Amino acid sequence: MIPLSWYLVLAAGIFCVGLYGALARRNALAILMGIELMLNGVNLNLVAFWRYLTPNFITGQVFVLIVLAVAASEAAVGLALIISIYRRRSTVVAEEINMLKW
Amino acid sequence: MTVTQLVFLLTGGVTLGAALMVVLSPRLVHAALWLILSLAGTAVLFVLLEAGFLAVVQVAIYIDAIAILIIIVIMLTRRVMIRGETQITRNWWLGALSALILFGGLLILLDMVPIIAIDTPPPIADADQLLEDLGRSLVDVDRFILPFEVASIMLLAALIGSIMIAWPLTTRAEGEGDQ
Repeated sequence: MIPLSWYLVLAAGIFCVGLYGALARRNALAILMGIELMLNGVNLNLVAFWRYLTPNFITGQVFVLIVLAVAASEAAVGLALIISIYRRRSTVVAEEINMLKW
Repeated sequence: MTVTQLVFLLTGGVTLGAALMVVLSPRLVHAALWLILSLAGTAVLFVLLEAGFLAVVQVAIYIDAIAILIIIVIMLTRRVMIRGETQITRNWWLGALSALILFGGLLILLDMVPIIAIDTPPPIADADQLLEDLGRSLVDVDRFILPFEVASIMLLAALIGSIMIAWPLTTRAEGEGDQ
């Protein structure tokens, strides 16, 4: 069977790739996609731990469902913000959105 | 090497490769399509972990809702990307460095955890029973009703908030638009 460590290493890899995407991309949409990747890696971790440690308690899956709800609302609000900023400033590049910066 | 391991390696490789393409691809639409592939790979991994319901939810919420939403917004803000300028910041190497450090740190930590040595998952007693338990536990007063209700209110707040934020500019209060 598949060792638990494979899942954990894969989830860590997906999380770190998402982290790089969130830190290094200029486009706000690409940053959002990186954050989605990070949440995805966390979900994979949660399901793997649920399956290998406590498969008869449902808590792990409930966690994943809550994380999914958070991801959905985060995407909705984030995309609405991007649309609003695009309407006002005609840009979606994160470093040009500096109205709050001195 | 068993068939399951082979399936895991293939799916994991595709998932990780697609994730890499999401952050490296210069065209944003391509990045979104790679994101869909990566999310689908995760759904397959959920099936491998015998969490079939979560795999369905993953496809329904992530691929159906979030990815489509992202693609629509990419198309709405399309003019910006065609300029052909670089897609990564000047300090991208700092991001890469912190991601690498985090990955290395996680690997070292994983190596120290004794649990990691498990290589056969314990059998699930009754999968249907488990799914029913998942449904019941979400509305059970003694278990997860509070997180469930909080998540519902948060979804409602996000719904109203995104409608408010993305409301057309002309009908908003005047004076705050610049340029």
